[in-house]
Amino acid sequence: MNAQQQLIAFNTIVRKEVRRFTRIWVQTLLPPAITMTLYFVIFGHLIGSRIGQIHGFDYIAFVVPGLVMMAVINNAYANVVSSFYSAKFTKSIEELQVSPTPNSIILWGYVMGGVLRGLAVGIIVTALSLVFTRLNIAHLEVTLLVVVLTSVLFSIAGLINAIYANSFDDISVVPTFILTPLTYFGGVFYSIDMLPTVWQWVSAFNPILYMVNVFRYGILGVSDVPVAPALCGIVLFTVFLYGYCWYLLEKSGKLRS
Amino acid sequence: MSINPWALSIRDLSKTYTNQFTALKGISLDVAPGDFFALLGPNGAGKSTTISIVSSLVKKTTGTVSIFGCDIDKDFSLAKQNIGVVPQEFNFNLFEKVEDIVANQGGYYGMPKALAYQRAEKYLTRLGLWDKKNQQARTLSGGMKRRLMIARALVHEPRLLILDEPTAGVDIELRRSMWDFLKEINDQGTTIILTTHYLEEAEMLCRNIAIINQGEIVENTSMKTLLKQVDKETLVFDTRQIHPQLPQLPDYMLRVVDDYSFEVVIKKGQSLNPLFTACTAQNIEIISMRNKVNRLEELFVSLVQEHKKEQNHKDEASI
Repeated sequence: MNAQQQLIAFNTIVRKEVRRFTRIWVQTLLPPAITMTLYFVIFGHLIGSRIGQIHGFDYIAFVVPGLVMMAVINNAYANVVSSFYSAKFTKSIEELQVSPTPNSIILWGYVMGGVLRGLAVGIIVTALSLVFTRLNIAHLEVTLLVVVLTSVLFSIAGLINAIYANSFDDISVVPTFILTPLTYFGGVFYSIDMLPTVWQWVSAFNPILYMVNVFRYGILGVSDVPVAPALCGIVLFTVFLYGYCWYLLEKSGKLRS
Repeated sequence: MSINPWALSIRDLSKTYTNQFTALKGISLDVAPGDFFALLGPNGAGKSTTISIVSSLVKKTTGTVSIFGCDIDKDFSLAKQNIGVVPQEFNFNLFEKVEDIVANQGGYYGMPKALAYQRAEKYLTRLGLWDKKNQQARTLSGGMKRRLMIARALVHEPRLLILDEPTAGVDIELRRSMWDFLKEINDQGTTIILTTHYLEEAEMLCRNIAIINQGEIVENTSMKTLLKQVDKETLVFDTRQIHPQLPQLPDYMLRVVDDYSFEVVIKKGQSLNPLFTACTAQNIEIISMRNKVNRLEELFVSLVQEHKKEQNHKDEASI
C-alpha cells in the first residue's frame, strides 16, 4: 500500500468516525453541552459569586478552562473507547483487519476521530461559556497546542482501553474510577495553592493537573505549574502511549488470536 | 513475490490456540487460479481457522500461506489486495448505511472515494441491493445481509474470493440466485473457495474439493474423482398403490419405508432392470425414484467416519 492509498484509508476511517458521532449527536455532542452549562450555572454563577477571585480572576472565568478541558478529555476518550470496542464486539473491526491498511493507520484513524469529537465538544462548551463570562485568550498557540495534544493523548488511552476490554463494563471502568477522579482532582475547580502541602505534592503526580493548567495558561495567562516542562511532559506521555498502543495492535496478539 | 502458480498455496499450516486446542495439524493445500474449490468438513474441523489465517484474522502457529505468490507475512499488502473474504457471521456495523459499508471497504484498500462509490453501486446493483443503499444495514433481511457481505468483499475486485458458508440460512430461491452470481464471477476469472454444509451446493458449483477433519486434510482431489469413489447409493421408490409385499431379489437389499415407498441399496453400475421387472410382475407401479441422500453427502460422511476411526485407533495404540 503506497502513501496515497494509506492516506485514503486514513481519511475513510476518519470520515466513518465523524459520521458516527454526528449521527448520534444526541448521545455525543448534546450531553456535554448540557452538563457543562449546569456546571457554569451552579459552580460558576451561583456558588462562584460567593467564592470571590482566584489568581485575579472571577471564579467563573477561572473554572471555564478546566471545564472545557474536562469535556475534551472525556469526549476524546469516550469516542475512541466506545467506537473501537463496538467494532470489536460486532466484529466490524475485521473489515480493517482483512484489508491492507497498516495498524499505524488504523491507530491514527481512530485517534483522529477522538480528537475531532474532543475538539468539537471543546468548541461547543467554550461557546456556551461565553454566555456566562468573557474570555480573552492570552496565548492562542499554547491553547491550541495543549488542547490538541490532550485530545490525542486521551484518544490513544481510549484505544488502549478498548483493545484490552472484553465487555462493555470494561470500557466504563477507567472513565468512572480513574478518569473522573483524576479530572476532579486535576485543578479544574481550584488552584493547587489552596491545598495543604501534602496534597499539593500528591497532585503533582496527576497528569491532568498539567493539562488543565497549561490550558488555563493559554486562556487566562495563569498556571499552577511551569508551562514549558508541563508541555514536554504531555508530549512524552503521548509518545509513550502511542508506542504502547502500536505494540498492542502490531505485536501483542490482543486483536488476532 | 515468488513465482508461484497457485491462487492459494498453504504449506504445513498448523494452529494451536492459547487454550492448547490444536485446530490445524500441519495441513497443505493448493488451489489453482480460476478454480471453484470446496473446503468441506464437519463443525470444528478447522475450516474457519484456515480461512481466518489466510485472511489474517488469526495468527498461524507454523507454516506458510501465499496468495498468488504473495506470502501473507512477507508481502502482506499485496497478498491482501488479492483476497476478498465473506465470513460466516455478519461482521459489519448494523447502524451504517448499506452503500457506506461497501464504499468504506474500498477506502480501506486505498481506492479513491469516487471509485469506491462507483464500485459499491456496481456490486450492490448486481446483488439486488441498490434500492437499499440508503438503509441502515440492520433493516436488511438475513439473505440481504449475506449479499451485502459479498458485495463488500468484491469492491476491490480480488482475484481470490473466499466464502465461508455464504448460503447458510438463505432460502432456496435466493440461494440459487447466489449460485448463479458466483458461477458468473468465477467464469470471469475470479478464483473461489467455498465452505458449505450444503453438499449439493459444493457438488453443483465446485470443480475441486478438500475435506478437512480434526485439523487434517482427509481428501483433496477433483469433484469428479471423488464422486467416482461412491460405490453404492440408496434409491427411494414411490409407488402408486399400497404395495402389499416387496419382491424378493437376491442381489438387491429392499426395505419398506412406508405403505407407498420403499428403498433399495445398489452397487455402482448395478442394473435396475431386474428390479423393475420384478415390481411389474407383482403389479407394483413405480411413479418416481430419487436418491435418498446426496451422493457427496454419503461419501463425506463415510470419509469423516473412517478418519475418526483411524484417529481413535491411533489414540488407543499410543495409550
